[in-house]
Amino acid sequence: MDSVDRVWISRRYEHCSGCRRCEIACSLQHEGKIWPEASRIRVFMLIPGIEIPHLCFQCEDYPCVEACPAGALTVNSQTGAVEVDSSKCTGCGLCVNTCPGRVPHLHPERNTIVICNLCGGDPACVKECVKGRWNALELVPAGSVASRKPLAKTPEELTRETALKILGKEVLKEALG
Amino acid sequence: MMRGYAGRLLDVDLSSGSISETRVPEEDLKNYVGGRGLAAKIAWDRLGAEWETVDPFSPENILLVLTGPLTGYYPGSKTCVSGKSPQSNGLVGSTVAGEFGVDLKCAGYDGIVVTGRAEKPCYLFICDNHVEIKDASQVWGAAARETLRFLVRKTREDVSRIRPRYGEAKEPSILYIGPAGENRSRIAAVMSKYSHAAGYGGYGGVMGSKNLKAIVAKGFGPLPDVYDDEKMLRLARRFAEDCLENTWFRRWGTGGGGYSFGAETSSEPVRNWQTEWHNKRSYRREEFDKYWVKKNWGDFGCAMTCLKLAVIRKGRFRGAVCDNPDYELEAYVGTNLGIFNPEHNIYVSYVVNELGLCGIQGGAVLGFAAELHQRKILSKKDLNGVELKWGDPRGFAALAEKTAFRQGIGDVLAEGVYRAAVKLGEKKKRNLLKYAVQEKGMAIGAHGVRSGRDYISSRIAYACSVQAGDHTSPASPMRKGDRGELSSILPDSGVYCMFAAFGPTDSEILEFYEAVTGWRMTLREWYGEKALRILQLQRAMLLLGGPDFKWRPGVDDDNPPRFWEPLPSGPFKGRRLSRRRFEKERLEYFKAVGWDEKGVPKPRTLRRLGLTDVEAKLRRAGLVT
Repeated sequence: MDSVDRVWISRRYEHCSGCRRCEIACSLQHEGKIWPEASRIRVFMLIPGIEIPHLCFQCEDYPCVEACPAGALTVNSQTGAVEVDSSKCTGCGLCVNTCPGRVPHLHPERNTIVICNLCGGDPACVKECVKGRWNALELVPAGSVASRKPLAKTPEELTRETALKILGKEVLKEALG
Repeated sequence: MMRGYAGRLLDVDLSSGSISETRVPEEDLKNYVGGRGLAAKIAWDRLGAEWETVDPFSPENILLVLTGPLTGYYPGSKTCVSGKSPQSNGLVGSTVAGEFGVDLKCAGYDGIVVTGRAEKPCYLFICDNHVEIKDASQVWGAAARETLRFLVRKTREDVSRIRPRYGEAKEPSILYIGPAGENRSRIAAVMSKYSHAAGYGGYGGVMGSKNLKAIVAKGFGPLPDVYDDEKMLRLARRFAEDCLENTWFRRWGTGGGGYSFGAETSSEPVRNWQTEWHNKRSYRREEFDKYWVKKNWGDFGCAMTCLKLAVIRKGRFRGAVCDNPDYELEAYVGTNLGIFNPEHNIYVSYVVNELGLCGIQGGAVLGFAAELHQRKILSKKDLNGVELKWGDPRGFAALAEKTAFRQGIGDVLAEGVYRAAVKLGEKKKRNLLKYAVQEKGMAIGAHGVRSGRDYISSRIAYACSVQAGDHTSPASPMRKGDRGELSSILPDSGVYCMFAAFGPTDSEILEFYEAVTGWRMTLREWYGEKALRILQLQRAMLLLGGPDFKWRPGVDDDNPPRFWEPLPSGPFKGRRLSRRRFEKERLEYFKAVGWDEKGVPKPRTLRRLGLTDVEAKLRRAGLVT
C-alpha cells in the first residue's frame, strides 16, 4: 500500500507546451548537464503540437522490477519510485519490453537503464513545469490515483489519444498514419 | 578546450557523396561567434572571390545550417540557415525555431555545410557519428504532414538499428522543404514542425536545388560543457524569469498584433499595402482564440512559449492546423489578401506551410497578383482560371499551390514579388514595380514605416538593412546609443530567440556568452568591431549580388515606391515619409557604419577591421575606386 506522504506525478498531455524545460531540469539534477536523452523525463513529439512528457508511471505491480534478471531494480519503500542499481544492471532491455509504457531507456553513454526516481519525492521537472504555469506535470498524492498501471502507455499510444482530442481523427491519420 | 561549442562542422558534398568534418579555427569563432556571423565568414571564404557569378541555385552555392554558442543554453533556441540568397543575392542569416540546433549540438556538431547537388532526391541523416545521405524519392513532392510522418517513422527505425536495446528514442529534429522548395521557388522556406520556418532568404529553394528534401538530426550526447556552469545557469534562470513575468506576450504572442498593427499603429499590409489601416473587429485577438488549443506552445528550453496552436475542427476548412497564426502570417496571408476572418487566415496559413512557401514572401506575391487583377493588368485567363477576389481564401490557396508547383502563372510568382514584377512588367510592357512592396528582391516584413507608430519606425529600416526586407534586422540612424542593425546580429549569431530576449541587456547577454564560452567580449569589441565586421561582409556580398540582379549602391537603398505615397486611410491618413529626412538619416547611417555616401564600405573601414580581401574584391568589382 502507498504510504500517506508518497507522491505521484500526474500529467495532462494537452497542457504540455513542448518547452522541454523538464528535460533540462531533470538532466541537470541527475547528470549535472543539459542532456535531453539522458533525462528521465522525455518529451516525445511524434506529431508537432502534440507533446508527450514521458516518465515512469510507478505501476502498482512494478512489472519492470519483476522482470529484471539482474536484481538491479528495486522499489524505494519511502517514495515508491523504482531505483536502478547501475552496478547490477546489464542493459539487457527486459524492463523496457515489460513496461506497458516502454518508459525505461538506456543511458545514452553508459550501458545501464535510467528510470525516474522522483528526485526522492521532490521532482525537479514538476517544479519547473509549475513555475512556468504550464501545469502539464503536477505533484499529487499517490493515493489520489485509483490505479496507475492503466495510465502507462507508449509514446505512440499517448500521442494518438492526445492528438485525437486536439487535432481530430482525420489529421491524426495524416500525421501519424 | 572549447566551451559551448561542439568544435566541429559537418561538411557534406552532395555531388560526390563525401562527408567530412571541419574544425573552425578558434579565432573565427571568437570573431564571428556562430549563426549569421559565422555564415557570413564561411560563405565569404568559400564563395567571395566569385560571388557575382554564383547562381544561388547552382551546386556551387553552399547551404549553411548553423547553431551558435548560446543555442540550447539560452531559454529560447533557434537554428540559423544561410548561404547565397536567391532573393537578395546577398547573404541572409535566417533563423528557425525548434530543437534542431540542440539535437545537432548533442550529436556533436555546431553546424552543417552542404555543397553540390545530389543526383536523386535525398535527405541527410545524422545520428551522432552516423551520418548518411539517404533516399528521399518516396517523399519528393510531398507536403509537410506526409514528409514528417515518413521521416519520423523512418528515422526512429534507423535509430533503433543503431541503438538496438536503447528503448524508445525520441523523434529526431527535422528541417525540411515542401513542394515550393523542391521546385526551386525563390520564396520557399526551410521548414520545421508544421509552421516553423526560416523564410527570409529563400533557402528552401536552395535545398531544393541540391535535391535535398530534409535534414534529420538525433543527438544522444549532452550539450557541450560550458565554462562556468553556475554562472550560466544563474543567468539562464534570470532570463527565463523575465519571460515568465511577461504575461501579455505569453498570453498572446506575436499573434496578438493582427488587429492592433492595423487599427492602432496603421502599419499592417492591407490588400498588397494599398493601405496599412483597418479596424475590422472580426480580426481582434479574442476572435482567434476560438481556434486556439488552450495551451502555450514553444520549443526547447523556451520559457516564453509565445506560440499558439490553432486547429479548425469543423466546417469547410476542417483539418487546418498552424500556429496562432503569428503576426506576420496574420498580416501577409490575412489582411494583405483582404482576409479579416481568423478561420480563413488559419486556413491559408496552413496551406502555405504545407507547401513550404514562406508566409511573408508567399503572401506578398499573392497580394501582388491580386492587385494586378484588381487593376485589370492580370486577367482571369492570365491567372489560369483562378478566381482571385480579395478576402476569398480558396482563390489564394489555389494560387499558392500553382506557385509552389510552378504551374502556369505560378512559375512567375514563384520568383517572388520583385522578379515577378520585372518579368510580368516586361510582358505587359508596364512598370509593375510600383506595386511590388519589396526591398532588394525580398518582400518586406509586415511592419510599415509610414505612420511612424510601429515598433519598427525608422524610415531607413528596410532600405539600408543588409538583410534587405527582413523586419527582424532593421537599420536605423544609430543616434544616441542606438545600435541599429548591429543589435540584430547578436541573437542571430549567438542563435537564440529574440522573442525570448526582451529582458536581458546586451551586457548581460555578453556576460552569459562569457559564462558559456569562457571568452570575454566587451560591448565595445562587439559593436565597434565584431558585429561591424559581420555587417561589412554582408553589405559587400549584397552589393556584389548577381548573377541575375545587382543593386546599385545608394540608388537601390531606397524604400519601395508605395512607401513614398501618403497613407490613404485611417488615423494617419495623409502621412507621408519625408524624402529629405530619409536621405539625411541614410547618410547618417552610412557614416556611422563606415560607408561612403553611396553606402559602399570605405577602404579605411575595411582595413581597420582586417578585411583587406573584401576591399580588394570590391575594388575589382568597381565598387571601390
